[in-house]
Amino acid sequence: VKKREIFELKAELNSDKKEKKKEAVKKVIASMTVGKDVSALFPDVVNCMQTDNLELKKLVYLYLMNYAKSQPDMAIMAVNTFVKDCEDPNPLIRALAVRTMGCIRVDKITEYLCEPLRKCLKDEDPYVRKTAAVCVAKLHDINAQLVEDQGFLDTLKDLISDSNPMVVANAVAALSEIAESHPNSNLLDLNPQTINKLLTALNECTEWGQIFILDCLANYTPRDDRESQSICERVTPRLSHANSAVVLSAVKVLMKFMEMLPKDLDYYGTLLKKLAPPLVTLLSAEPELQYVALRNINLIVQKRPEILKHEMKVFFVKYNDPIYVKLEKLDIMIRLASQANIAQVLAELKEYATEVDVDFVRKAVRAIGRCAIKVEQSAERCVSTLLDLIQTKVNYVVQEAIVVIKDIFRKYPNKYESVIATLCENLDSLDEPEARAAMIWIVGEYAERIDNADELLESFLEGFHDESTQVQLQLLTAIVKLFLKKPTETQELVQQVLSLATQDSDNPDLRDRGYIYWRLLSTDPVAAKEVVLAEKPLISEETDLIEPTLLDELICHIGTLASVYHKPPSAFVEGGRGVQHKRLPARAGSGESAESPDVGQAVSAVSDAPPAVIPSQGDLLGDLLNLDLAPPTSNVPPVPSSMQMGAMDLLGGGLDSLVGLQCSSLMVSSVLGGAPVGMPAGLGAAPAVGGGLGDLFDLGGGVGVTAGSYIPPKTVWLPAMKAKGLEISGTFARRSGVIHMDLSFTNKAMSVMTDFAIQFNKNSFGLAPAGPLQVLTPLSPNQTVDVSLPLSTTGPVMKMEPLNNLQVAVKNNIDVFYFSCQYPISLLFVEDGKMDRQVFLATWKDIPSENEAQFQIKDCHLNSDAASNKLQGSNIFTVAKRTVDTQDMLYQSVKLTNGIWMLAELRIQTGNPNSTLSVKCRAPEVSQYVYQCYELILRN
Amino acid sequence: MIHSLFLVNATGDIFLEKHWKSVVSRSVCDYFFEAQERATEPENIPPVIPTPHHYLISVLRHRIYFVAVIQSEVPPLFVIEFLHRVVDTFQDYFGVCTEAAIKDNVVVVYELLEEMLDNGFPLATESNILKELIKPPTILRTVVNTITGSTNVGEQLPTGQLSVVPWRRTGVKYTNNEAYFDVVEEIDAIIDKSGSTITAEIQGVIDACVKLTGMPDLTLSFMNPRLLDDVSFHPCVRFKRWEAERILSFIPPDGNFRLLSYHVSSQNLVAIPVYVKHNITFREGSSQGRFDLTLGPKQTMGKAVESVLVSSQLPRGVLNTSLNPSQGTYTFDPVTKLLSWDVGKINPQKLPSLKGTMSLQAGASKPDENPTINIQFKIQQLAISGLKVNRLDMYGEKYKPFKGIKYMTKAGKFQVRT
Repeated sequence: VKKREIFELKAELNSDKKEKKKEAVKKVIASMTVGKDVSALFPDVVNCMQTDNLELKKLVYLYLMNYAKSQPDMAIMAVNTFVKDCEDPNPLIRALAVRTMGCIRVDKITEYLCEPLRKCLKDEDPYVRKTAAVCVAKLHDINAQLVEDQGFLDTLKDLISDSNPMVVANAVAALSEIAESHPNSNLLDLNPQTINKLLTALNECTEWGQIFILDCLANYTPRDDRESQSICERVTPRLSHANSAVVLSAVKVLMKFMEMLPKDLDYYGTLLKKLAPPLVTLLSAEPELQYVALRNINLIVQKRPEILKHEMKVFFVKYNDPIYVKLEKLDIMIRLASQANIAQVLAELKEYATEVDVDFVRKAVRAIGRCAIKVEQSAERCVSTLLDLIQTKVNYVVQEAIVVIKDIFRKYPNKYESVIATLCENLDSLDEPEARAAMIWIVGEYAERIDNADELLESFLEGFHDESTQVQLQLLTAIVKLFLKKPTETQELVQQVLSLATQDSDNPDLRDRGYIYWRLLSTDPVAAKEVVLAEKPLISEETDLIEPTLLDELICHIGTLASVYHKPPSAFVEGGRGVQHKRLPARAGSGESAESPDVGQAVSAVSDAPPAVIPSQGDLLGDLLNLDLAPPTSNVPPVPSSMQMGAMDLLGGGLDSLVGLQCSSLMVSSVLGGAPVGMPAGLGAAPAVGGGLGDLFDLGGGVGVTAGSYIPPKTVWLPAMKAKGLEISGTFARRSGVIHMDLSFTNKAMSVMTDFAIQFNKNSFGLAPAGPLQVLTPLSPNQTVDVSLPLSTTGPVMKMEPLNNLQVAVKNNIDVFYFSCQYPISLLFVEDGKMDRQVFLATWKDIPSENEAQFQIKDCHLNSDAASNKLQGSNIFTVAKRTVDTQDMLYQSVKLTNGIWMLAELRIQTGNPNSTLSVKCRAPEVSQYVYQCYELILRN
Repeated sequence: MIHSLFLVNATGDIFLEKHWKSVVSRSVCDYFFEAQERATEPENIPPVIPTPHHYLISVLRHRIYFVAVIQSEVPPLFVIEFLHRVVDTFQDYFGVCTEAAIKDNVVVVYELLEEMLDNGFPLATESNILKELIKPPTILRTVVNTITGSTNVGEQLPTGQLSVVPWRRTGVKYTNNEAYFDVVEEIDAIIDKSGSTITAEIQGVIDACVKLTGMPDLTLSFMNPRLLDDVSFHPCVRFKRWEAERILSFIPPDGNFRLLSYHVSSQNLVAIPVYVKHNITFREGSSQGRFDLTLGPKQTMGKAVESVLVSSQLPRGVLNTSLNPSQGTYTFDPVTKLLSWDVGKINPQKLPSLKGTMSLQAGASKPDENPTINIQFKIQQLAISGLKVNRLDMYGEKYKPFKGIKYMTKAGKFQVRT
């Protein structure tokens, strides 16, 4: 600013005329806003502060806030006026004064601030209180110690209970900001009472206040799923807010608290449905909003793909979307791609590949490759789409296509090699390192199928030193591969590349790799073959998914910068300010008592089960056993089979990780960790009793088995993709009272598999292999072997969810693989399951009616006799039959290997394909599995 | 929270800065300028830019970049929504939101920004409240103020600020009581080469202009509220009532406001009001390409399609065009390759067409990309989703207001691929 200008302004500021003064201050402010330095006028402007004119006062305050820091001594001059204004009868002036004081970042002044601020925090006018709340945060930023010493934090906490929602919202905002610099301070101590207050204020405060409150709510961990549901219910209306930040904050709260809701709860489904429309709506907003929304949706579809699985079309790219929106949409399209919509997605991607924007086109071509890897059924179409694109001869399209085809080859080995010829035609047009490297990899990998592989690779060798490192390394490896496959013709070539890499290069990586190959080839060619031509791990789409624990943390940060960058806040928050890692609440963690009825009972039933079954031996069950069998069996000791111990050692580490894996997954964590800890000891006895009984009966009553039991067809339990080429399919059968697991092992890999072993995780009914797995001969590629593994029910017991879930580890010479399968519970129905009529009647009456469950069996065209016969085949015995009019009633009994009895009434109406099944049992959580068996047996 | 705001014009000059906490040097904007240089189009600048100590969150409106500086973890949408509110407020106050208007009213701008945000926390963003605090500049008021020495800053606490209806001021009086509602629907669609719809969705809004005395309580009901399953409301709408009865019940703000916006998704059947027959071809080895475009109405419920404007980004290889419109005028910019045809109204008896040739660079190969055709249009008196207002009632006041409801359909992002 020119001196003369300052001089003139000075004169005007000191004018007697009010109007002139005001105009002068305005001029000063105008200069200030455009960045001119008018600090020299400080004393003159401050002199204008004592005025009744509110506009002039505001203008002077504006000036003060800007320059006080550079003129601290002068700023003291203003303090008196502030203190006076804080007592003004007009609340607007009181609020203005307290607001401005906080913005004057001068240490000396802050001391004078405390008393007026204390008064304003308790002001009768809520407008002043809410302004004062923010002022505490300002003051804390300048002098945190002072704020704590003066007890302002406690006053601020009290304001959370203020009668005015705006005051509550500002108090929350101020506390959140302060808490950010004190991560462990527990400032926002949330309990159900404060949460209730916040939820009430949520409905009435401004949109900005709603954001603060929702963000604060998201830090709370509800005590149980009921509280979680009730908060969700009260937050859901925010999804219809016009302010997108409110919507996204509400989504965050819901996504987080949803984690605690049982999945079979109706409300859970309702909530999922409610989340989709607001997310879609965000995409019709301005591009910047869309971008932030898309980055968050990217997280949401990874966490809960079901929310948006039907909304693929909203992510289709419009040609005038900004590039940053286009790229995000593309990414989400691939994440949502599935067999159901792949045709549509591919058509779109092909369209994008002809767009103008090069970056976008490249990404679209890559997307086609990712689709091929993600949706196996579409791989063929993707490859043909890529070939079409290669035919366009557009240089960057061809190069991108070759890079992704390389990945497709890795994912589906030996499937699409027919396209290699087409790729080779485009060799000359490749000028990008990545594409060249990809092409060289392909040539090396399939050298035995490409007649002129040596010529092709040799052509690259000519300009070896001009290539980038990536290409050089790839070329070196490819030529060594070629040599190992066709050693006779390529000796010269390999010599050449090794000397280029080791002698003429000064790149240490390249030299090292060169020397390693050289030494390998010269000392042990067989070892070299094993190393260089080793089987490569299959790639999967998971490579570009966010790692689950990070994803869970990011879900807690929806709507924040962390969610935009897909990095935890700790990665980019300024130094010194620690950040707490947020975690999703565990579903069952707190919900033991209040889980959904099913799960809750199931959990408690496990611990209750032994008392329910064993003590009852004294009465009903005991009577029965004593009647049929003279010796009491309760002293049969549990026999841990030695075989199993051995197997445990074999796969010990693997199993640990299997269990560990489960523990880290959120759903089960504390059920496994907490509740059942004391359980196996108690339960250990129960199955042993049952098991022992079963054995005894086998000796005596094995003859009684007549009709064969139903055996479900084999299904694939472990796809080859997940097990390095080993495919396992199987089923369960009960033959002559012994449970068998019938397995088929198929080797879909290229190398021979040997050394098979199997091990089960603890499960609900103590199923365990009764002998080692008998795969005698090595399994050569494309060979299948069928094995029948007898099972015992004396293994360790642990409640599984679902009850009939079985987790299995299979080992071979390559690795250990894990899978889980579900067995029909009819497997466990023992042959002595027929109850005496009288006992049946007494038992039926004895079991409380709330343990009765009713099911419909549809489309079963059997008459009662046929049904009875069929069921008997699976050890469901008809105790009695009654006929009323056209309705037959079968009374049936079933006994499980662990001694649990199940009583059933099956009502069959002649001519009606639907029958009704009522099941009564002391352990009602088993009922639905029994029903499933009925259905399975009767329908097949 | 929001630390500072910089306004940057198209040439990259910072013409206004405002700091709500300590002053952040304007050199922080250098990171923004770097991003600006990298971006091929002005609108391609990423909305969130990280710098070593700050984050820059920007929006581009009316060729002005509003760049907010934040230092700690703040929800970006919060910042963007706030910036939108700033733009809306400027437009509301000055009629336009341009560099010139902002510079002319720099003090009012400063006062507004100070009132909208305190320490980075939003304070008053409702136009009704702001106008009570700071009166918008008008020529008349400037004259009056200079004569009487009065000010344009309100001396009283705004009445709505803390009431349960913060969006409405008390003591509103009108001689003519009127309430107008505009149902405006924008149709976004992508149509493929063969004319079938790939995706189509409708963004609808109901904008209101309510000038009613006192504290009127309105209810608005629809013939077919089922259409509205994805809605965003103005805070005045009682959500419970909507959930239970599908009726909009509200005490309206005074003046113009957006009552609700809604979205009819691609899963519903969306009527497509126009069709395009096109034939844009290039032949290998020829320096000429054919261009043939015909427009026609369909599914318009008998309403006229007006203000039709067709534009298309032709391939880079096209040097010039020689086209013949059957109606309206067309222009082709040989530099940007943008073809634009102002069609006007579609006459169903005589369909408008644009035919002719495009000349290509001699010897250049056939262009790879297929141009997309962008269409804008308007249809009066029609909400394409079929949404219809059933009735509007007023409670709480005795007088009889004048009520009016208008419908309009516009093209949003309506694209036809060739």
